[in-house]
Amino acid sequence: MLKMSDVGKVYRTELVETHALRDLNLHVDEGEFVAVTGPSGSGKTTFLNIAGLLESPSSGRYELDGTDVSRLNDRQRSRFRNEKVGFIFQSFNLIPDLSLADNVEVPLRYRGWSGVERRRAVGEMLDLVGLGSRQGYLPSQLSGGQQQRVAIARALAGKPRFLLADEPTGNLDSEMAAQVMALLEEINRSGTTIVMVTHDPDLAARADRNIHILDGRASDLPLGLSAKVMPLPTREAARV
Amino acid sequence: MFSYYLRLALASMRRTPVLTALMVVALGLGIGAFMTTFTVYYLMSGDPIPHKSAVLFAVQLDNWDPNSPPTESAKDVQPQLTWQDGQNLLRADTPALRQAHMYAAGAIVVPESGEPPFDETIRATSHQFFAMFDVPFLYGGPWDLRADDDRASVAVIGRELNDKLFGGENSVGRRIRLDDNYFEIVGVIDDWQPTPRFYHVDAGGSFADTEQVFIPLLRAVDVPMGPRGNTNCWAPLDESLPTLQAFLQSECVWTQFWVELESPEQAAAYQDYLDNYAREQKAAGRFPRPLNTFISKVNEWLDVNGVVGDDNRVQLRLSFLFLLVCVLNTVGLLMAKFLGKGGEVALRRAMGASRGAVFAQNLVEVGAIGVLGGLSGVGIAWLGLRAVESLYRGYQHLVHLDPLMLTTAVSLSVAAAIAAGLYPVWRVSRLAPAGLLKTQ
Repeated sequence: MLKMSDVGKVYRTELVETHALRDLNLHVDEGEFVAVTGPSGSGKTTFLNIAGLLESPSSGRYELDGTDVSRLNDRQRSRFRNEKVGFIFQSFNLIPDLSLADNVEVPLRYRGWSGVERRRAVGEMLDLVGLGSRQGYLPSQLSGGQQQRVAIARALAGKPRFLLADEPTGNLDSEMAAQVMALLEEINRSGTTIVMVTHDPDLAARADRNIHILDGRASDLPLGLSAKVMPLPTREAARV
Repeated sequence: MFSYYLRLALASMRRTPVLTALMVVALGLGIGAFMTTFTVYYLMSGDPIPHKSAVLFAVQLDNWDPNSPPTESAKDVQPQLTWQDGQNLLRADTPALRQAHMYAAGAIVVPESGEPPFDETIRATSHQFFAMFDVPFLYGGPWDLRADDDRASVAVIGRELNDKLFGGENSVGRRIRLDDNYFEIVGVIDDWQPTPRFYHVDAGGSFADTEQVFIPLLRAVDVPMGPRGNTNCWAPLDESLPTLQAFLQSECVWTQFWVELESPEQAAAYQDYLDNYAREQKAAGRFPRPLNTFISKVNEWLDVNGVVGDDNRVQLRLSFLFLLVCVLNTVGLLMAKFLGKGGEVALRRAMGASRGAVFAQNLVEVGAIGVLGGLSGVGIAWLGLRAVESLYRGYQHLVHLDPLMLTTAVSLSVAAAIAAGLYPVWRVSRLAPAGLLKTQ
């Protein structure tokens, strides 16, 4: 499903060159639920951005669903992202003045679906996350956990095969976090591949596989090994 | 997607009402100021009789002072004719299809109803004036050649005066009193207002109302009705004669002369005729200057007389510069607005929107702001035109916004907004989504 080979990412300014990822090699099979852990500044978010086609790697090769995506232009990457990738963010990223239904249908608009298709998909997804009766609500009328469920419904509305979650429970209390995690597990059981970045070792432990990123390099961790015991990042990641 | 983008645009405008209002006001002020001056300029420089302007010609003859500067173009020759030249041309067998000799006079109209008398400008003219200028009649029609020759006491009046004197009824056959003379009404003209009033551009302004009373030329002289408008002389009048008689025999210019020439060949033949006439006059001791005769089509005539002045063009350029300043201000406001919604743009990019889709979405919003700016500009232009109307007498025919002007105002505003928005919209569509999503 996802295959990164020797992927590197360098951010350059006039004075600073920062290596966010270095020769990262990673393979995620279809249907896996992968947790990505690592300390702040280790490159988790950069990895997620490249995986979700929001950024291009500086070096290496990235294949998603069998396609070398580094060769795609903006329009092709956008279409690929729209059809194959769903995003869940820590801060939900709902558009505040759009209703829940309008938020959920955002990716479907860019898919070119008809109004009937969009309404059916939006209804199904909001039902799935338990908010089917609140389609006309605004995000501000919901709790944090409910907002994240709407964000999950939005991520799933286009039936992507690959879901990227960046700290999906980071802004939620433990009860809400457990509900969201249960929902993600249910989605994974239905066949969707999930890659989830988290700081929470307990959540990471619920994934099929744990990947630890440190200084821009990824390595598999045995299941159940807490990220808390991993060493602090070195300063080599940033080179002046 | 357009309706979706439009809905998003309206939501976005509601989200930032102050910024949106500032942009609409900036565009509205620019469009309003420009449309005010442009409307006046457009109507000033318009063709007053488009279906016939190519076949109607004003006539100029150079009878002027031999010591005045040499003539290089029609602009250097007096725009009016002497009485005797006008009458000579009118009575000659010329190649013209129609001819009209005329001057502006004035009289006091005394209503039969006992209402207070009032002053009216009179157009004294020959009978072909009405057919030549396609004057529309509500009742009756023009007088004929015989009435001209018989110096008949007949009149054609305008609809406005007919409403005032006769309550809008068919007044043909009734009488109108001008000073102490009665004239039988033979026709009532429907609304007729060529703008500019091309047939006499210097009497009371080029944009004055058309006259409400028309009478035969020779009858006006008999009354007598003196000229009202510019009268220029280069030689002294014969003081032994009554004033009007002295004018009739003088080298003073105060009458207008128009001809209708159907083809370029006819125009060339008429030009030859005029040259021959001028040579005859020179042989008779008149026309001391070199041979200078001109015929000018309607629009050439407006140019010869400088109907659209240089100050109008300067005003138009200044208002366009002001519009540019407003557009530049709008660029800054749009930058602030669009860069402020970088988070939403990043989210939409993550959801699959291409740069092109983001560009299109925001361009629709810019267009919507342009439409609102255009509508407010129409309102401001309307106020501006009302101000022009109240400040400048004689501009009342230039201060209305017709559908073409309304469409132009809104289209111009949309174009200005899009011009202002292209860079901000392009910038926002190029934002890197990754960094912005984290900060949402």
